[in-house]
Amino acid sequence: MNNILEVQNINKSYKDFSLKNVSFELKEGYIMGFIGPNGAGKTTVIKLIMNLIKKDSGSIKVFGKDHIKNEKEIKDRIGFVYDDNCYYEEFKLYEIKRIIAPFYSKWNDDLFNKYIRQFELPLDKKLKKLSKGMKMKFSIAMALSHDPDLIIMDEPTAGLDPVFRAELLELLLELMQNENKSIFFSSHITSDLDKIADYITFIYDGEILFSRTKDEISESYGIVKGANELLNEEIKKSFIHCTQSPYGFEALTMDIPKIRQEFGDSVIIERPSLQDIMVHMHMARRQAGNE
Amino acid sequence: MMKIILSNSSDKPIYEQIVEQIRSQILYGELSEGTQLPSIRKLAQELRISVITTKRAYEELEREKLIETVAGKGSFVASQNKELMREKKLAEIENKLSEAIKDSKLLNMTLDDLIEILRFLYEEDKHE
Repeated sequence: MNNILEVQNINKSYKDFSLKNVSFELKEGYIMGFIGPNGAGKTTVIKLIMNLIKKDSGSIKVFGKDHIKNEKEIKDRIGFVYDDNCYYEEFKLYEIKRIIAPFYSKWNDDLFNKYIRQFELPLDKKLKKLSKGMKMKFSIAMALSHDPDLIIMDEPTAGLDPVFRAELLELLLELMQNENKSIFFSSHITSDLDKIADYITFIYDGEILFSRTKDEISESYGIVKGANELLNEEIKKSFIHCTQSPYGFEALTMDIPKIRQEFGDSVIIERPSLQDIMVHMHMARRQAGNE
Repeated sequence: MMKIILSNSSDKPIYEQIVEQIRSQILYGELSEGTQLPSIRKLAQELRISVITTKRAYEELEREKLIETVAGKGSFVASQNKELMREKKLAEIENKLSEAIKDSKLLNMTLDDLIEILRFLYEEDKHE
């Protein structure tokens, strides 16, 4: 299978933040969710992929080609949904379309009109008159109207109500019926979109903590819940992080067999949500930083 | 028509839930030989889950020789050897009984208690 997106050992330093050896890859025909808390580096990585900022070192390949040397050709095949609006706010929607469309060799007006109708977007309104959710819809319509092979979305569900999030989900599932399409989206809230993601890449403080299939993640981590008196220093070693209340503990573990062996049925082991994993890993890191 | 109901609260992985339900529908004849299954991508779309998950479920069913995938055509319920079918069904019954045994032990029931219930249910079914 071909890698549609290949990020290798990317480094980028700012005064108070840096990306450290960021690597991951996305195979053709699949969806990757790029998750992490605010400020973890998601947007920076996406801007690097889109060559909007320069990397210090490392390599990025899109469709198997260097993303800078082949920038024009690559961008013709990418549908990019920005988190902030990137279009000139004083223009009306149809004017923006008229300016942008000629840049794409495969721009499809029928497709564009279909999305405009579907999202109920007012073409003769100025962009600045639109609500945040409507702006996001417009951005999505613009990104999909040239029939891209790779869709990159930065926080696409931010500002969208649950109804449109569900609509977007349907739309993406429909697109994925074509096995040559791939999707890469970032999100700081674990959302409905995660349901359909094949791979999850978790970035924290500029570092990739894992990049695996979602199935592997939900099978290798477990949330353990039980009474406080079961805890001891030894068993805490098999926890990534543990929180306690007066009534019991909750911990994230990657060693389910050991916990089962140790505690049997005296604890509950649940499959963690991505949010559980994100929160526990964050707390574990913060704790380690304080010690 | 194939039926699949997924539970997010089950501790069974999603792909396993799919395998179990399709497997039992094949073994009990609800899905007959030659029936075409939806494509991996179609099933993922309809269940609103990832493609990797449905792919894994189909791979498992193929490994168990319950379905066959023909390149370019799709996946179909495989023809089942009668002897093998019986064995698989027996294995399924054993699994279900093991579960019942495990639960009965939690209630400190004896083997005789359990046999008594089994006999009662078996006889009752015969009368219907």
